[in-house]
Amino acid sequence: MGLVPEIDYGTPHPRGLKGDTDAKMVTLTIDGETVTVAEGTSIMRAAMDSGVTIPKLCATDTLDAFGSCRLCLVEIQGRAGTPASCTTPVAPGMVVSTQTERLKRLRKGVMELYISDHPLDCLTCAANGDCELQDMAGAVGLREVRYGMEGANHLGQAKDTSNPYFTFDPSKCIVCSRCVRACQEVQGTFALTIQDRGFASKVSAGMDEDFMDSECVSCGACVQACPTATLMEKSVIEIGQPEHSVVTTCAYCGVGCSFKAEMRGTELVRMVPYKDGAANRGHSCVKGRFAWGYATHRERILKPMIRSKITDPWREVSWEEAINYTASEFKRIQDKYGRASVGGITSSRCTNEETYLVQKLVRAGFGNNNVDTCARVCHSPTGYGLGTAYGTSAGTQDFDSVEDTDVVMVIGANPTDGHPVFGSRLKKRLRQGAKLIVVDPRRIDLVKTPHVEAAHHLPLRPGTNVAVVTAIAHVIVTEGLVNEAFVRERCDWDEFQDWAAFVAEERHSPEAIAEYTGVPAAELRAAARLYATGGNAAIYYGLGVTEHSQGSTTVMAIANLAMATGNLGRRGVGVNPLRGQNNVQGSCDMGSFPHELPGYRHVHDDATRAIFEDMWGVTLEREPGLRIPNMLDAAVDGTFKGLYVQGEDIVQSDPDTHHVTAGLEAMECVVVQDLFLNETANYAHVFLPGSTFLEKDGTFTNAERRINRVRRVMPPRNGYADWEITQILSNALGYPMTYSHPAEIMAEIAATTPGFRNVTYEMLDERGSVQWPCNDDAPEGTPIMHINGFARGKGKFVLTEYIPTDERTGARFPLLLTTGRILSQYNVGAQTRRTANSEWHKEDRLEIHPHDAENRGVRDGDWVKLQSRAGETTLRALITDRVSPGVVYTTFHHPMTQANVITTDYSDWATNCPEYKVTAVQVSPSNGPSDWQEKYKTHSDLSRRIVGTDAAE
Amino acid sequence: MSPDKLVYMANQIGKFFTSQPGDKAAAGIANHIAKFWEPRMRQAIQAHVAQGGGGLDPEVLKAVESLPKVN
Repeated sequence: MGLVPEIDYGTPHPRGLKGDTDAKMVTLTIDGETVTVAEGTSIMRAAMDSGVTIPKLCATDTLDAFGSCRLCLVEIQGRAGTPASCTTPVAPGMVVSTQTERLKRLRKGVMELYISDHPLDCLTCAANGDCELQDMAGAVGLREVRYGMEGANHLGQAKDTSNPYFTFDPSKCIVCSRCVRACQEVQGTFALTIQDRGFASKVSAGMDEDFMDSECVSCGACVQACPTATLMEKSVIEIGQPEHSVVTTCAYCGVGCSFKAEMRGTELVRMVPYKDGAANRGHSCVKGRFAWGYATHRERILKPMIRSKITDPWREVSWEEAINYTASEFKRIQDKYGRASVGGITSSRCTNEETYLVQKLVRAGFGNNNVDTCARVCHSPTGYGLGTAYGTSAGTQDFDSVEDTDVVMVIGANPTDGHPVFGSRLKKRLRQGAKLIVVDPRRIDLVKTPHVEAAHHLPLRPGTNVAVVTAIAHVIVTEGLVNEAFVRERCDWDEFQDWAAFVAEERHSPEAIAEYTGVPAAELRAAARLYATGGNAAIYYGLGVTEHSQGSTTVMAIANLAMATGNLGRRGVGVNPLRGQNNVQGSCDMGSFPHELPGYRHVHDDATRAIFEDMWGVTLEREPGLRIPNMLDAAVDGTFKGLYVQGEDIVQSDPDTHHVTAGLEAMECVVVQDLFLNETANYAHVFLPGSTFLEKDGTFTNAERRINRVRRVMPPRNGYADWEITQILSNALGYPMTYSHPAEIMAEIAATTPGFRNVTYEMLDERGSVQWPCNDDAPEGTPIMHINGFARGKGKFVLTEYIPTDERTGARFPLLLTTGRILSQYNVGAQTRRTANSEWHKEDRLEIHPHDAENRGVRDGDWVKLQSRAGETTLRALITDRVSPGVVYTTFHHPMTQANVITTDYSDWATNCPEYKVTAVQVSPSNGPSDWQEKYKTHSDLSRRIVGTDAAE
Repeated sequence: MSPDKLVYMANQIGKFFTSQPGDKAAAGIANHIAKFWEPRMRQAIQAHVAQGGGGLDPEVLKAVESLPKVN
């Protein structure tokens, strides 16, 4: 097997990642061989292209050339001296020699100096076997160090072990600046610097602080860049160098980064971002790079368990008993309460193949359409809105597209925390000069971060998105900034005219809405002008758009903006939903919604049902099924009694916890398939242990519609991959499934779903990934959609009337709560809380403006009670002016905070996506946990007991 | 299902479609409900309309009345 080889070309491709073929080519001679490369290529890279590796230390192809190590010297005919090949571009007819007596002498001298100030503990060094310094000493034939080790040196300095995942050993540093440059160029945090000068030069985090106390976000880019053992993963120090690696896809957010899982046997040594990964281009964040220890966490449940009442302790049973019990319960329930009394929830954390199988089990095995997924509570309005406007329920671009963007509008998203690797790619473009507009109630990091500053920040009041986006349209229309040629050619002209007349009404002007949106009119006008006239303009949006009572309307308002300004159908533009979960795009594509079969085809459509009826050998229900909130309503009503939940924690993640738990308590058989006893498992009767992404084969589809392979690197510790568990359950229920590998499931998906027609595992293995649609019309896949017209035909303009939410502030609840994520934790935190990531974020805090805090006598760090119409909880306050007066903010990563006890059951008009982002609340000083928290803790402790063993938590 | 909640949801859908141009609001509402509401939900709102349909906005009422009867 061995390690997956990656070539380091030393310097980046001069044309960036675009792979443009229109570059001017240059021909030169290197060591007697003729080489032709793109203009602007370094001699180092050209040499690598021709198969010659020039020695180097400070160069690596993820960073701009720096020219400091003096090892990559070459001789060029007709030029004086020995220029560095990394900083010298090729020229036509150039004749280069990479190995001459003079170069050999110089390089050896350079290496001799490096080694004279480097510890010679190679045998016991963690980088032994993976050290560029060692390699270079070998490459230049260094045989002695004439200077000895006694002179002034940098040895014996203290190691910084403060970061939980890597160490910094300054004694081993050669001051090549690769880490500093990676932090700047790749990650964009600027946490590292070289302090002092000359011989005293030293890498320093922050203001000469420990890494943990500095601005470092632990993305791992510096560790990746380091050529020595100076920055080293603690896992490698502990285990040793990996012996083989497998390329797979991260299971955290919707960016879908490619990683090499570097292994020793079945033990994971480290996750290393993969340069050929088209989503991340070799970058990573603290979650994907480091936070995978949950896979072997002691709290992971590995044996199936059942119990008859949710107050009973769990009893470990065999797989056979657990599956048979589940099947008999579901059959009993369906016999007693009817076919429609059970349902399932597919997981956006699981693979496409697994999601497809769960919806198949529900539709074909249960015989109803009661299947839903967590996209219900995040991006279902994206599906509805973009489907309505353009005809495709997905983003329009690939991530590479941002490199051609001139104006970026970020609405209700926080990329540097929620989608950090894309956030870094975005920041890189902004540092190159692209302009930024941020529409967000909170001053997210992007508004002002090193070398990036938003041109406009529109700090709107939560819940007023539609008013603000419609006012942007008002400015575009009334100031004559519409791209009429685009609209006439690609959109329905009559609908456009209705829309233009609507948005032009004075009541939609920035001045008219300023009072209730809180956005200064002049700022909004300037932002609108910039978006419409600043060149290629792209909109990136997140859950701050969708999780509102008018979520779908805002998505359509955004779609209107892009159409009106012609910002669609080419690189650098578009409408880009930043998807939350790793496979939320895929779970939607795979038919996880109760009204849609795979490929977004309505269950009413006879022809589509016929395709699946033929394939599955059953008659399918033609009526839509229940959505998650409807399932819970029906459960409270007594008509919905059994639920199979694969990898979703609805008790923690869904709104109005009281309502969710009441629904679950009313059910007779709740089956939770997960890694841990999550909060939903507290209400479950059957627990089926799930598998991690490291333990199975499959595919994830990221936010750019990219289908990436997930590869098994170790056997499932629980015994089965999740798709196998679904299959066993289906067989026990009497609906046979006989897949022997997920590739066979993908073949079925391809055979039934037009956008996936040409997708096979062979193709994915060969090409790395592909963006759907991928079929005979688009055999190479589709990086950018709607190039010569919209998927639905003519683009549809929809009127977007602002209708205020009924969740309003008043005397009792005068503040608006909005929620979000933080970099180090992921969603409900089930995984990241079980890693050292908690060192960055141990608890959820309530961000509150100093004015609001002072009015209430709340000091920073105080416990406060947070109350809404739905419930109350307590947490500690964090006083900050990131939020405006009148607005408070928290994350929902920790179960005891129970932020969703506070959120209401208001939801999007079109999709029932909950209105997480707006809750009227009151904040008051508190002494400690609320009654609900105490009660919940008691139930939680009680329901997590396992007979014969200690409590799992 | 609680008629209050369904009435609220139906009116929310109604507010969107009545804000669109033309006179197709009731058709749009009916289509949306038919496409996204499970039969139990449609049955419950129809039962509510059979008892007078209190609380439903006029176009929404018209839309629900136009839906095929769920049994």
